[in-house]
Amino acid sequence: MTGDGTTASLLVIGGTSDIGRAAALAYAQTGRRIMLAARDAETARRNADDIAARTGVPVSLHALDLLDTDRFEAFVDDLPMLPDTVLCVVGELGEQRRAESDIGHAQRIMRVNFEGPALILGIFAERFVARGTGTLIGVGSVAGDRGRASNYVYGAAKAGFSAFLSGLRNRLSASGVRVITVKPGFVRTRMTEGMKLPPVLTAEPEEVGHAILEAERGGSDVVYVRRVWRGVMTVIRMIPEPLFKRLKL
Amino acid sequence: MTALSGWGRWPRHESELVVPRNARRLTELQTSARGIVARGNGRAYGDAAVGERITLSTQGLDRFRSFDPETGRLTVEAGVLLSDVIDVFLPQGFFPPVVPGTKFVTIGGMIAADVHGKNHHRSGAFGDHVERLSLALPDGRVVECGRGHEPGLFAATFGGMGLTGTILDATFRLMPVETGWLRRRVIVADDLEDAMDALAGAAGATYSVAWIDCLAKGEALGRSLVQAADHAGEHELGERERAAGLFPAAPRGRLAVPFELPTGVINRASVAAFNELYFRKGAADAETPRLVPWDPFFFPLDGIGHWNRIYGRRGFLQHQCVVPTRTARAALADILERISARGRPSFLAVLKQFGPGRRSLSFPLEGFTLALDLPVDEGVDALLAEIDTVVARAGGRLYLAKDSRQSRDTFEAGYPDLPAFRELRRAIDPDGRIASRLSGRLGL
Ligand SMILES: Cc1cc2nc3c(=O)[nH]c(=O)nc-3n(C[C@H](O)[C@H](O)[C@H](O)COP(=O)(O)OP(=O)(O)OC[C@H]3O[C@@H](n4cnc5c(N)ncnc54)[C@H](O)[C@@H]3O)c2cc1C
Ligand SMILES: NC(=O)c1ccc[n+]([C@@H]2O[C@H](COP(=O)([O-])OP(=O)(O)OC[C@H]3O[C@@H](n4cnc5c(N)ncnc54)[C@H](OP(=O)(O)O)[C@@H]3O)[C@@H](O)[C@H]2O)c1
Repeated sequence: MTGDGTTASLLVIGGTSDIGRAAALAYAQTGRRIMLAARDAETARRNADDIAARTGVPVSLHALDLLDTDRFEAFVDDLPMLPDTVLCVVGELGEQRRAESDIGHAQRIMRVNFEGPALILGIFAERFVARGTGTLIGVGSVAGDRGRASNYVYGAAKAGFSAFLSGLRNRLSASGVRVITVKPGFVRTRMTEGMKLPPVLTAEPEEVGHAILEAERGGSDVVYVRRVWRGVMTVIRMIPEPLFKRLKL
Repeated sequence: MTALSGWGRWPRHESELVVPRNARRLTELQTSARGIVARGNGRAYGDAAVGERITLSTQGLDRFRSFDPETGRLTVEAGVLLSDVIDVFLPQGFFPPVVPGTKFVTIGGMIAADVHGKNHHRSGAFGDHVERLSLALPDGRVVECGRGHEPGLFAATFGGMGLTGTILDATFRLMPVETGWLRRRVIVADDLEDAMDALAGAAGATYSVAWIDCLAKGEALGRSLVQAADHAGEHELGERERAAGLFPAAPRGRLAVPFELPTGVINRASVAAFNELYFRKGAADAETPRLVPWDPFFFPLDGIGHWNRIYGRRGFLQHQCVVPTRTARAALADILERISARGRPSFLAVLKQFGPGRRSLSFPLEGFTLALDLPVDEGVDALLAEIDTVVARAGGRLYLAKDSRQSRDTFEAGYPDLPAFRELRRAIDPDGRIASRLSGRLGL
């Protein structure tokens, strides 16, 4: 419940993502009303029905393509209400090799992982400041913690998003608006389908969903899922550049 | 290509496993392929869920669609697990109308095998509770089936083992329960006669089942523990139960069999020990009704992950037959004698009573069903062939979800509706797109 007695709401941007689905369900189980924004209406509808049937909470659907930046203001205006929490899980891994020579592909990775998420959360930030409350949650990636040969286009976009969220948090720390950065390591989802992932470092989408809910309930600013990733990335960041550049990572 | 098998881990066949993310993709894959069959959670023991060439996993169809708390009516996609349904709805006071001996099965798999529970004598099979379903046919059409729509296809899909098409979603009703506890009574039966009488006598109970001590011989042949149980009301719970919860959660990951034990570990001695222990423990609290939590009552083996590994590299066989009431006594005595005489103990032997069955390839028919687990070794084929002959002569049949070896003769003798089923298959699938190892083996 919010202060005025209405049911608190969560908007998930990326309502078809496996992590987004799990997070929405975790929130719905606490009684939150859910809004799912997505570009693939059919999958979003399945996820919405699933959450509603399991929990009995109302779930609404809202069309949005994060490349369509011109529509962002109208999208926010058209929502049935200004949500209490906005979670952006949109992302695309892309293909690093292709992005090296195909500038269109590289641009798309940058736009989907940085430009779109940052701009849309930026709009909500202004509305939240005006209202005086709200929580913004962005899903980045450990790949943004240090650029590596195997995925630096994606990593750079995630790093940009991470820096944006950090700055926003810094700016809004005295207001009633919270900003949370979530950095998954490996997660077993559609994005990593068919990849061989190390079990100890790999989370299920449900784990990430609960970690997001817990981050909002607790006071965290930046959370790694699984937690071991914080240590792993600290070590990776500490490797001196002259050595790092020669490693195959 | 991967080597796929059923839960019995034998036989293994090469088949390409594909995992579509939604119904549209699944339908496309099914229509563009040949030698394909659906696979749920792979809990059928034999070769039913292994495609001749391609195996179509329903794992991606894991969404709930709608639920009406007024009526208990639930619609889910076919790949939803029964364990998921129970996790979500038991705390809301609902339980599935029929459950098999493991909760790790999909709703699609439960329909395709028309599974039965310990309440068949009262509630029928799972299919009796399914109100409608949508079915992806091999020609690419998706049809809505129910009593008023496509009744022929609808009926043939229960027990049809995936061969009438792939179920995409289904609607059935959950039943209201006050608690997650059962009031259970254990009756000690001194021999087979006694066990069958006890089962018949317990017909008033919602659930009943007999665990047979397969090593007992002579006078004691068929010595059993018969359990009879009903859902407990809230007022029946004592302090202990309330402390554990009105709807106690299923314990998670208690134990797991970590690797394959060498074949032979399940020898006479270990099975004797198991049976003896079970018998004594049951006898100790016999007759006094006790409250037991739902999970170990319905799904005693689910607490042990990968327990099928105890049967070793060579795999094991599950054999389940049903014989009509009028021939049951003689036929079951004959079967148990053959097993105990050979000193080939079965790890588990479970006896249940069935009420009237339905048509087509659905397994249950009015009578008694005996389920045996046997490790594969030399001689097992001969023993089972003898048992099959006894079953066929008694007018009984074998359960396809547990079969990997019956002869076509046994099969054809057991299922009189087979010609009609074959005809329906020819009509909906003239090019023979849908084909499993089971359908190839039995000429379905
Ligand atoms: C420990 C244990 C206890 C059991 N106890 C019982 C019991 O008490 N009573 C009982 O009846 N059975 C019992 N079984 C058998 C089990 O319930 C059935 O084999 C059931 O079909 C398994 O479901 P599944 O989702 O794993 O299906 P799978 O094993 O993957 O497939 C079984 C059959 O269903 C078909 N199928 C699966 N999904 C679909 C779909 N969406 N559309 C069309 N066809 C489909 C497959 O093609 C295959 O023919 C038990 C099994 C185990 C391992
Ligand atoms: N899986 C991992 O190992 C992992 C690790 C670290 C970080 N992450 C991050 O976690 C987040 C969620 O990913 P996931 O693992 O759940 O994978 P996913 O299921 O593939 O989710 C990606 C989501 O982004 C959406 N999307 C992509 N482009 C879009 C656009 N232009 N407009 C609107 N939506 C768009 C996709 O929508 P469609 O369904 O329409 O394609 C999908 O919902 C991503 O930001 C990802 O980078 C994942």
